[in-house]
Amino acid sequence: MRGIFGKTMTAAAVLALTTGFARATDVEVLHWWTSGGEAAALNVLKDNLAGGGTGWVDMPVAGGGGEAAMTALRARVTAGDSPTAVQMLGFDIQDWAAEGALADLTATAQAEGWDKVVPAALQKFSTYDGKWVAAPVNVHSTNWVWINKAALDATGLPAPTTWDELVAVLDKMKENGITPLAHGGQPWQEATVFDGIVLSMGGDFYQKAFVDLDPAALGGEQMATAFDHLIKLRSYVDDNFSGRDWNLASAMVINGEAGMQMMGDWAKGEFLKAGKVPGTDFVCIRFPGTQGAVTFNSDQFAMFNQTDPAAQEAQVNMAKAIMDPAFQSAFNVVKGSVPARTDVSNEAFDDCGKKGMADLAEASTAGTLFGSMAHGHAAPASVKNATYDVITAAFNGEYADGKAAAAALAEAVAAAQ
Amino acid sequence: MTASTAPDFRTRLQDWLPKLVLAPSFAVTVLFVYGFIAFTVVLSFTGSKMLPNFKWVGWENYAKLWALPAWNTAIVNIAIFATLYIVICTAVGLMLAIFLDQKIRGEGVLRPIYLYPMALSFIVTGTAWKWFLDPGIGLEKVMHLWGWESFSFTWIKDGDMAIYTIVIAAVWQTSGFVMAMFLAGLRGIDNEILKAAQIDGASNWQLYRRIVIPLLRPAFLSAFVILSHLAIKSYDLVVALTGGGPGRATEMPATFMYSYTFTRNQMGIGASSAVIMLMTIAAIMVPYLYAELKEKA
Amino acid sequence: MAAQSHGVTQDTAVSTGRVTRALIYLLLLLFALFYLLPLYVMGINSVKPLAEITGGNMMALPEVWTLEPWRSAWSTAQIGVEPTGLKPYFLNSILMVAPAVAISTIVGALNGYVLTKWRFRGDTWVFGLMLFSCFIPFQIVLIPMAVVLGTLGLAGSVPGLILVHVVYGIGFTTLYFRNYYAAFPTELVRAAQIDGAGFFQIFWRILLPVSGPIAVVSVIWQFTNIWNDFLFGASFGGTSQPMTVALNNLVQSSTGVKEYNVHFAGAILAALPTLFVYIVAGRYFVRGLMAGSVKG
Repeated sequence: MRGIFGKTMTAAAVLALTTGFARATDVEVLHWWTSGGEAAALNVLKDNLAGGGTGWVDMPVAGGGGEAAMTALRARVTAGDSPTAVQMLGFDIQDWAAEGALADLTATAQAEGWDKVVPAALQKFSTYDGKWVAAPVNVHSTNWVWINKAALDATGLPAPTTWDELVAVLDKMKENGITPLAHGGQPWQEATVFDGIVLSMGGDFYQKAFVDLDPAALGGEQMATAFDHLIKLRSYVDDNFSGRDWNLASAMVINGEAGMQMMGDWAKGEFLKAGKVPGTDFVCIRFPGTQGAVTFNSDQFAMFNQTDPAAQEAQVNMAKAIMDPAFQSAFNVVKGSVPARTDVSNEAFDDCGKKGMADLAEASTAGTLFGSMAHGHAAPASVKNATYDVITAAFNGEYADGKAAAAALAEAVAAAQ
Repeated sequence: MTASTAPDFRTRLQDWLPKLVLAPSFAVTVLFVYGFIAFTVVLSFTGSKMLPNFKWVGWENYAKLWALPAWNTAIVNIAIFATLYIVICTAVGLMLAIFLDQKIRGEGVLRPIYLYPMALSFIVTGTAWKWFLDPGIGLEKVMHLWGWESFSFTWIKDGDMAIYTIVIAAVWQTSGFVMAMFLAGLRGIDNEILKAAQIDGASNWQLYRRIVIPLLRPAFLSAFVILSHLAIKSYDLVVALTGGGPGRATEMPATFMYSYTFTRNQMGIGASSAVIMLMTIAAIMVPYLYAELKEKA
Repeated sequence: MAAQSHGVTQDTAVSTGRVTRALIYLLLLLFALFYLLPLYVMGINSVKPLAEITGGNMMALPEVWTLEPWRSAWSTAQIGVEPTGLKPYFLNSILMVAPAVAISTIVGALNGYVLTKWRFRGDTWVFGLMLFSCFIPFQIVLIPMAVVLGTLGLAGSVPGLILVHVVYGIGFTTLYFRNYYAAFPTELVRAAQIDGAGFFQIFWRILLPVSGPIAVVSVIWQFTNIWNDFLFGASFGGTSQPMTVALNNLVQSSTGVKEYNVHFAGAILAALPTLFVYIVAGRYFVRGLMAGSVKG
């Protein structure tokens, strides 16, 4: 390892304060689960590893849903000082694998039979060129709607299952004098909502537009309708939405100030923390028209190439510990997501969690499990951000109609490729 | 001290010493600033994506850059922001410094109050500002609660006005520091000069306009350099306050460059935007610095 | 030094009428309010339970007062996998900030001294080149800097971070000292030279004693910038992450619950060292030192 001298000097100076030396049998883990429950959940993994004699050197860098961590990673790798394990999302794994920076976990994966328990749609990201390069920790699904039960009951309507029913519920909520849709105006939040809309147009269409990036689908009539729906949803949002954190939008639903929020399964944590019970205080449904299909994003840990055999062994230990069913259950109960293995018992999960696991298994078998565009699992970063630009602009009323927005989307995606 | 042992060597050493002292700083600047700028220029002509590579693509990145609407927004925004920010900060800083220099009671309390915003990282003060400016929970709501129902302040939610809220927060953060620089300058001025002018019958206004402000010229140079530096690098501020929104209305060159280089994996385009930025800075700063420095030479 | 600064004779010779003075006080107070506003928002929200904040009362005084957020931010909040709070990161930052500030200020003072009192052919060019370095965006230096630090074996270490901060700080510190020393009478330096004083003696005995105010400005500037830096700290700090990275880790939860009250408490805690420097250093903006030196 280069830089060992400087590192040793520093480590000696600050040994008392930090985790100190990275021994070969340790894993140095770069991640962005730095605060609250998710960090506590990760601590379970650390303890499990310690039980097997593998130490944990923590390297947390939060910010922008992993963006800051990825920037730090690039600096670390360029300096010849790669961390041993790194939390990663979707296409980042593929990009690093293409650089030849990732260690091969295929032997472990085969011995443990990962390919039988991990959904194929996830394997697309965990493997590169036929080799396993990452171990998936969880699956977040993003096409959820969180509804305040009291507000829904006040409309006298059942939970919506189609676009028209959704509009009816939203209209009624508006009449009842609340903000029908709680939304935070940040590009990724708008894109999350839009994921649901596009998926509700049909799985084939989602695949063609967002995964295959077919220009005809991106600029076509169905996409125009999808944008019209998005623009329609804007009319149910209060005027103060721009820049609002998603947590505060959740709070609006929790307080009954707003009727519903369209957000991934992590929103559940906010409801639970506020002491709300799924089924009695709030209802979780799939985005209307998407029952049976799931858009997901999955956090995985990729291992960076190491030459020292002891370090390689530590990496294997870590990968095994991540894929351990007990850990997958314990972690995901806390995190609000569902396990990346489909063979984990759902006993410890609440109603929404059980539904999430069942939906995931169903979608995986039916071939309707799709990577989320909003969360970087459908297309590479440059394309993802180009779609953000158009979706956000459409939501903020910058296009005359859905048709104009769809045309702009096709153009932006073509330019980013 | 008189040199007695080796006068020749000593004298020559004394001749060289100043340059020797300056040399490391100069060398470091050449490598870490100009070397890195050269590296960026090279990158801007390559098809670098996630990591640098050296596949030559000619002017392609520049063509792509200028075709992006967000880049044009960023350029317009930085022009508005930098102008307002530098002018307002300098004016407020100078005013506070002059007022604070009038034998003010409680100066020791006021000075840190003006200065402290610089101490806080915008990672969090951004949230405080965001809430304060938010019509639903901040100033507007408070005014409504106090009975001023017609009060409206929705700039941060308005794509055309949001950039001005960034100016407000930025002025809040640094005008105190500018005040400190001017105050240090004011306190370096020889009182005898002022007294002499007073005897000649100069009014306070004349005193400041004709004597004090010209004497503060080096402080103006420092303030200008610092403020332009902060304006160009305003990244945290934008991210914390508006995240570039509403929509992409408050995109700035720094946020643009960061996102293309690091989050969009289009390092080539990011580098080309950096080159344009550096050239713009050079076009504005070099003539200014040249005039400032030549005069004193 | 401080006592002298409060002496009556050191005050500005400008005098003002009563109405003007009243107006000045009014304005100064209004500005003080403006500067204090965000601190108020942060302060009151850091002593409220989270439910009150998400309930929408962000500007109101707390209904229930609590110090729990402060305790949490200081010692029990989750920072990465360890529930350590911000406490352990202070020393990391101080070990990095103190040398970086000291080195860059001293180097800046020496550079300013050379550039004004030992001028040589092309010195303006040298200064101009160093000055322009203030404008380089840090985002573009990240990757080449990583290469250099890797080559030097300093990646992921405190000495590496110190180097980075000194390199990008000397442009500013040189600027401050050069502009300050430019106003200092060169005749005094020449006279000392004729008396046989050497390069460092003149600096030590003549220039340094009058450098108080500008040293304060330089220290405040460097301390603030380095303490609040996130980009370099996260990229080159390795396992001894500085304060700002820890604060960022505390407040930036991607998909977790946001405890705003803890965030605000943490932000104020993290800023305490800088605030301390400001309050202490602020006293040393001594007036009249230059004039005193000329007269004496």
